[in-house]
Amino acid sequence: MASGKNFVLGIYDDEDVLLEAIKKIRGAGVKIQEVYSPFPVHGIDDVLGYKRSRLPIAAFLFGLTGTCLALTMQIGMMTVDWPMIVGGKDFLPLPAFIPVTFEMTVLLSAFGMVGTFLVASNLKPWGKPNLLDIRITDDKHVVAVDLDANHVSEADIKKVLKESGAQEVNNKTRG
Amino acid sequence: MHATAAVREALVTNGKTVHDVTVDICSRVEEKPSKLWLASIAFALGLLTVGAYALYLLLWNGIGMWGLNKTVGWAWDITNFVWWVGIGHAGTLISAILLLFRQKWRMSINRAAEAMTIFAVICAAMFPIFHMGRPWLGFYWALPLPNTFGSLWVNFSSPLLWDVFAISTYFSVSLVFWYLGLIPDFAVIRDRATNKVSKAVYGALSFGWDGAARTWSRYESVALILAGLATPLVLSVHTIVSMDFATSVIPGWHTTIFPPYFVAGAIFSGFAMVLTLLIVTRKVYKLEDYITINHIELMNIIIIITGSIVGIAYITEFFIAWYSGVPAEQYAFINRATGPYWWAYASMMTCNVISPQLFWFKKIRTNIASTFVLSIVVNIGMWFERFVIIVTSLHRDYLPSSWAMFYPTFVDVGVYLFSFGFFLFAFLLFAKFFPVINMAEVKSIIKSSSEKVSD
Repeated sequence: MASGKNFVLGIYDDEDVLLEAIKKIRGAGVKIQEVYSPFPVHGIDDVLGYKRSRLPIAAFLFGLTGTCLALTMQIGMMTVDWPMIVGGKDFLPLPAFIPVTFEMTVLLSAFGMVGTFLVASNLKPWGKPNLLDIRITDDKHVVAVDLDANHVSEADIKKVLKESGAQEVNNKTRG
Repeated sequence: MHATAAVREALVTNGKTVHDVTVDICSRVEEKPSKLWLASIAFALGLLTVGAYALYLLLWNGIGMWGLNKTVGWAWDITNFVWWVGIGHAGTLISAILLLFRQKWRMSINRAAEAMTIFAVICAAMFPIFHMGRPWLGFYWALPLPNTFGSLWVNFSSPLLWDVFAISTYFSVSLVFWYLGLIPDFAVIRDRATNKVSKAVYGALSFGWDGAARTWSRYESVALILAGLATPLVLSVHTIVSMDFATSVIPGWHTTIFPPYFVAGAIFSGFAMVLTLLIVTRKVYKLEDYITINHIELMNIIIIITGSIVGIAYITEFFIAWYSGVPAEQYAFINRATGPYWWAYASMMTCNVISPQLFWFKKIRTNIASTFVLSIVVNIGMWFERFVIIVTSLHRDYLPSSWAMFYPTFVDVGVYLFSFGFFLFAFLLFAKFFPVINMAEVKSIIKSSSEKVSD
């Protein structure tokens, strides 16, 4: 995560102003460390230039693992280890295996994807959030600019933030 | 950015701001429990105590304590199981299917509906587990584990085993989906907490959430895919529950219409339960600006649709029984409607098919009192539907000498009360300690869908 210590924060309270502001700030050559919001703002990944999440790929691979595991388990138990005729079905009753296979696909896919999400986003029960502003979880959007990662002077960064519609511009040192 | 047509009614009324959402929802968690809440918890504990005594009798003495006999081997327990699972379906429908359809009105009701789903599924699971008689051995009977009987495995050709997988997957995926949505909201409570205990507890529950745009972006794609997974999952669960009956050769059960008919019935009863719970929650917690008459009306419309599907299914079943030309099948249905259980059939028809049609009147579907009463009527009807399907199909065997009636005992009723006690207890704890409305989602529509007071 954030490597820097000294931040300038632009605080916004409207998501549409925020989106325009991000475009202006990035257009002025200022690097944004991260934007923090109380709720998901649509279109923010595009203006920040974030790539699409690869989590769907993880979900697919976990799902595939579930399908294979379920089929291996059922065929191994019902066909190989102890073949038995139940209800007139043959030793390999594939249609009867569909429900369990489907359920295990969904189970592994969901758990695998959520697990990947938690690891990728560094979310854990003992995790300590280092909030730059306490109002982020209430009603304010915060654009964080890392001073050490920028070549633009502090005064210019503040000017750009103010002009882009920030309600407040603050300095923050992260411990 | 959102574009909302001007003709759409506001989803949040009275000009609430984003900050108001935080205050309105969090203060319910922060304030001292009210007298009404304490009284309700005491009532739930009372139900649990009575139920626990019945459970003790059941587990100590065995399944013979229920009113089952050799003809009617399934009755209240499986009725309750199907009823509770069905109720659970509305939560997933609201959070997953309405998300895929981009229905924004789901946002203020999905949290409570999903909580209801989770508790209802726990209640449902109790019944097959207790029906095992010796539930502590159930692991070997229900799960594919190596056991002491040699390498004899569970039977993957049996719908009862499919149920084990379906219900446990449904429960765990719903739990994960629900918790994912709770993480950002727990962070809101964490950042407002003033005392050490709640700071620590909500801090741990919120997993160190900081609201970064990158995390939100991942969160949204996870939520979308989970919704995509949960949609076929919820449909599969009640389909598989219906197969417990449909794959048998009992007249009255052996019908191909069961899967869609059960799914529609599940959504029907689930929405009714959501309405019963939310009408009370909204009143007690003063959430009228978030759960508006508009929300209640939309849910009532879903009740008319699913109720009518259920009605058509009842008639189709009857027609097909006649059309099949199978005397046993025809008898099963004639006996259902005119036999000794005619009163159960009549209650089912009245509560499920006739009374929801009242919602065609706008006055009735936008009225809180009538909605509340009808939502309870629907759930009584849906309980009778399962009772009718299960008991009337079994009680008149192929052999008239084994015909019998089913009479519930105190233990039958007591175990049902236990599940009610648990449901109420869990929902009350949820309502007090968890944010009852998904704050992050509601905040995201404040700008587009909130009623402007004076602009």
